[in-house]
Amino acid sequence: MSGVWVIAEQLEGKLSEVTFELLGRVRELALGGRVVVVLLGHGIKELTPELGAADSVILVEDETLANYTPEIYRRVIAELARARNPRLIMVANTSMGMDLAPGLSGELGIPLVAYCKDLRAEDGQVVAVSQLYGGKILVESILEGGKGLVSVLAGAFRADAGKKAGTPQVETVACPALGTPRICFKSLLRPQTGDLDITKENILVSVGRGIQSQDNIPIVEELAKALGGALTASRPIVDNGWLPKSRQVGKSGMTVKPKLYIAVGISGAPEHIEGMRDAELIIAINPDVGAPIFDVAHYGVAADLFDILPVLTEKIRPPQ
Amino acid sequence: MEIVVPVKQVPDLVEELVIAPDGTRLDPDSIKLKLNEFDEYAIEEALLLKDAHRAKVTVIAIDAEGVDEILFTALAKGTDRAIKVTGDFSDGVDSHTAAAVLGEVIKGMPHDLVLTGVQAADDRDGQLGPLLACALKVPHVSVVTGVHLVGNRVTINQEYAGGVVAEMEVDLPAVLGIQAAEKPPRYVPVSKVRQATKTAKVDEVAASAVPAVPSTLVRRMFKGESGGKAEMIEGTAEEQVERILAILRERGFLK
Amino acid sequence: MDPTFPAREVFRNFSAAAVVVFYFLAAVATAVFLYGFWLRIKKYRRGRPANRLNQLWSRIFKAGRTIGKHTTLKKRDSLAGNAHALIFWGFIALFIGTLIIMVDHDFLRPISPGLQFWKGTFYLWYSAILDIMGVGFLVGLGIMMLRRWRLRPAQLDYSRPDRKAAEYDRTGYVRDDQIFLWGLFWIGVTGFILEGLRIAADRPPFEIWSVVGWQIADFFDLVGFSPATANRLLFFTWWLHAILALGFVAYIPYSKAIHILVDIANILFHDETSAKRLPPVPEGAPSMGYRNLADLTWKELMDLDACTKCGRCHAACPARAAGMPLSPRDLILELRENAEQSLGGRSWLHESAIREVDHTVTGKVIKVETLWACTTCMACVEACPVAIEHVPLIVRMRRKLVEDGTMDGNLQSVLEKIARYGNSFGQSERLRGRWTQGLPFKIKDVRKEPAEYLWFVGDYASYDPSLQELTRATGRVFHKAGLDFGILYDGEKNSGNDVRRVGEEGLFENLVHKNLSVIQKCKFKGIVTTDPHSYNTLKNEYPEFIPPGNSIWQVSHYTEILASRLETRQFPLARRLSYRVTYHDPCYLARYNGVMEAPRRILRALGVECVEMPRSGESTFCCGAGGGRLWMSDTRSPGVATASEQRIEEALALGNIDIFLVACPKDVTMYRDAVKTSGNEGRIVVKDIIELVEEAL
Repeated sequence: MSGVWVIAEQLEGKLSEVTFELLGRVRELALGGRVVVVLLGHGIKELTPELGAADSVILVEDETLANYTPEIYRRVIAELARARNPRLIMVANTSMGMDLAPGLSGELGIPLVAYCKDLRAEDGQVVAVSQLYGGKILVESILEGGKGLVSVLAGAFRADAGKKAGTPQVETVACPALGTPRICFKSLLRPQTGDLDITKENILVSVGRGIQSQDNIPIVEELAKALGGALTASRPIVDNGWLPKSRQVGKSGMTVKPKLYIAVGISGAPEHIEGMRDAELIIAINPDVGAPIFDVAHYGVAADLFDILPVLTEKIRPPQ
Repeated sequence: MEIVVPVKQVPDLVEELVIAPDGTRLDPDSIKLKLNEFDEYAIEEALLLKDAHRAKVTVIAIDAEGVDEILFTALAKGTDRAIKVTGDFSDGVDSHTAAAVLGEVIKGMPHDLVLTGVQAADDRDGQLGPLLACALKVPHVSVVTGVHLVGNRVTINQEYAGGVVAEMEVDLPAVLGIQAAEKPPRYVPVSKVRQATKTAKVDEVAASAVPAVPSTLVRRMFKGESGGKAEMIEGTAEEQVERILAILRERGFLK
Repeated sequence: MDPTFPAREVFRNFSAAAVVVFYFLAAVATAVFLYGFWLRIKKYRRGRPANRLNQLWSRIFKAGRTIGKHTTLKKRDSLAGNAHALIFWGFIALFIGTLIIMVDHDFLRPISPGLQFWKGTFYLWYSAILDIMGVGFLVGLGIMMLRRWRLRPAQLDYSRPDRKAAEYDRTGYVRDDQIFLWGLFWIGVTGFILEGLRIAADRPPFEIWSVVGWQIADFFDLVGFSPATANRLLFFTWWLHAILALGFVAYIPYSKAIHILVDIANILFHDETSAKRLPPVPEGAPSMGYRNLADLTWKELMDLDACTKCGRCHAACPARAAGMPLSPRDLILELRENAEQSLGGRSWLHESAIREVDHTVTGKVIKVETLWACTTCMACVEACPVAIEHVPLIVRMRRKLVEDGTMDGNLQSVLEKIARYGNSFGQSERLRGRWTQGLPFKIKDVRKEPAEYLWFVGDYASYDPSLQELTRATGRVFHKAGLDFGILYDGEKNSGNDVRRVGEEGLFENLVHKNLSVIQKCKFKGIVTTDPHSYNTLKNEYPEFIPPGNSIWQVSHYTEILASRLETRQFPLARRLSYRVTYHDPCYLARYNGVMEAPRRILRALGVECVEMPRSGESTFCCGAGGGRLWMSDTRSPGVATASEQRIEEALALGNIDIFLVACPKDVTMYRDAVKTSGNEGRIVVKDIIELVEEAL
């Protein structure tokens, strides 16, 4: 039983940030044993030098692995795990991770702790801190002997700790024969940026459920305009159809890193925070002083947005 | 076509969550349970498929306080059958246990498609969907928005970050973790639910014994620091606005 | 005949054949009339039953008084009201006059000429009165014509807010109006001409009592008619008048003239509580609400025919004024056109439209947006001179929309929140009493301790962050006024008034049962509320759910209680206030429940100068939040001011108003927003009466 495995994520030949976040943390944890990155895909060998922070990389390349599909990826990784018995397997809590982590737990019969915000090594055990109940509650789970699976929230750890160029030992493994797959990849659809690419904007004013009604959105839009920025939103607003998908910030929207991010009526669910935590200056306005958004904001105003925004907008505008 | 929708309740996050004195779980008296939001979307997606393809929809849940109301509401919305799995669940049911218990029951009934909410707020040990798929030995996809039946397969959309979507074809039977339905969940008038409670029937099935599932111990449960890292701006609304303006000016955001 | 004895020979100078022809024509006209009348009755009989025949004598008395005094016609429009009174009484007088002749000549004479009474002194008074009434009749008609075709008041504009102009054509209605007015006018004029000619023909001296006819006869003399000429012209004029009159009688059931009969019945069968206390879903009904015309009761079908297109409801409706696709008038007329098409009893002239022969009324014939636009303020019901009950009909159609889930996403989410949390804010019910924390004293929990008054606070006052201070002020004022009161804390749920008006009857019943189960365990004498919506349902609708034998408590609005305490000086005022204010009557307080004096008594006791807006008291203009509108998104086209913005402008037009006063928490929110969005910040301040009372203490 050896080693800590990080299941890498790549999309169309580019390694995702979460891979480096996990890699960096594993290195810091120094659990003992080799740090191995498991990389599946097709024609992605040139990505391996980016994984210098790992001790070794298990590379499985095959046409059937060119695009991620849940079943094949899981079965390949499970076969590898059964053969090599890693102590701890780390997966990111992304869509792929939400397929793989429970899937591997079920197939391999090993315990899983999900939604990890933090991992610590303590006396030969791994303590995984999960963020549950909409981010309001934290739970410490013990992985006995540091054995098991953890799925880690994107953005829980810093990526730069895992980014080290180098030449890890690369072991190329043949893809096992798995018979006819029951899930077939068809195509990848990228969102239309529509009117605006919010990832390129410097100033974003974001609206959440606290706005209560579509009719009130202009209040926030006015502030965005007055600042010369763009209007963005959290998922519920886009789901309601009040703003287009191109404006969505969060786990299943865009990840943005603007100079200024003003969160209006957003409570700060982990999925949203994932998309904006790296903004340079975050100001949050929410009537609930316990809202998780205040954990990631630099400045917080526990007030009703309807009392603050119109006045703020008026004062920012040049005098008419 | 037979669609099965496993559902469960989770604590309502509107209420203040209180940690029990032993520090490892929530105080049950402080909790108010409500149907997991994503399971609601799964029910809606199932009903939309039923409307389009004349499928039959069965909703299934493990017995817990308040589960009857959930099941009768689902019946009032239009599902054909509701099953309550009874047994001793006083210690709580995690995803692994639920997958084992439900898997046994679902195995014994026709199931072409199993739709369940992609995740729930209390999924410490991971999401139900993939675990259930493992128990049923069928394929599974998470974070699905968009389910289209094509013969004996479904074409689905899996959502990734940044709004990227992958289209895949999945052989049936399969389990899908629903992120969102094609339409928001339909409204069911209170009178219809009341009617269902009086006239409809919830089937009860006893859970069969299941082997122990791999699990981890909870050492501690606690609340995140409130207020956290933000510097809170106090005062009247006018004072708060002035302070915000000062910060923005200082950082060069105002012309 | 003795030329000096007052009497008149009927059918003088008529050949027997002519008399027969006349009676024949009269019979035909009557038959046509009766047939049309029968078709209408047949239509109403197809309606579902409704209990409107109870307390028949009281109904007859009330209807008689309303119609006799023309109260519903004169309020809101005294010009039309008075002109109509002239036409009404004139028509009745002339009709009775004709009846008298018929009874005297056709019934009494064949039996025995000794029974005849149309002669002598009676005849003299008869002549005078009828002439005067006849002139009044023509004057009334003249005023109406000038009003309709010269003044062109806005309420007579037939354009529809719920259809595009190309989709309908109402020239049929305009023709109907023209035929009616000109028809009656010419009947009147020919009647006078005929009288003048008759008198000019042989000048019986007693005919000077025909004060107008005598003068017309003089005019004919002046113009040079000889008695022989007069006689000849008389013949033609008599037939012209007869044909016009008989034609009119036959025409009645096929035109707007039917209102003469239907409206009397409609007022007779009116139920004043029909909007205040909405009818429950009928037992065994296939659906919760109305889907098509077969669902309407006979009274509702009669309502459709009663409409005279006067447009008062159209002018009074706040939704229409704010640019929403709802006109109560057009809703009724649309249903009427459809009822005529499918159930019969048709008008000869009507609106032509590309009308789908679809029997589904709710959502198809009457659009979904139209039904959801209503604020249930009851201005239409109050303004209607002929007792049409628009609001319950709209709610019954909404019930179907709710059953099908056809509603705005916001509304759905609010209903789900109310069902789950008992409040429209979606906040924990445990937090309902949190607003009390800012008070220097503890408010009794009436579930645990007895109190004189149970204060039913309401959702908005309890949960809206901007209203918490106002709710605390109310608590402080009650405390200083020495009121022994308590609240239900988290035992209180949304009262359900607006939930019922949205059409979610099942949820309404749930809320009533939940509230009653808590309230009935408390010991108190009466309920006081600060929310007019809760007031309405607690007072008018909750009693139906209380098992007989249990006591039903008194429900008061806070203004009613404070008014009497202030007047009897039960709590002293530290100062008198010298503001110039205007008071906005909340719809559910003033129009629904008649509470208008109490707030004004408080203002008088405080010493403020209260200036009334044009639309005050029962004709108050809704803020636009009722009927669940507050929970729906605004889908109007931009450019038209909202109802609340229009009201603020109405207040500002009074000049120098310091404070816009309200007595309802939702009004506070609506009008404070309206002041901001209409750009009037700083020009006027919105306050609840409680705030003034506290200031004066």
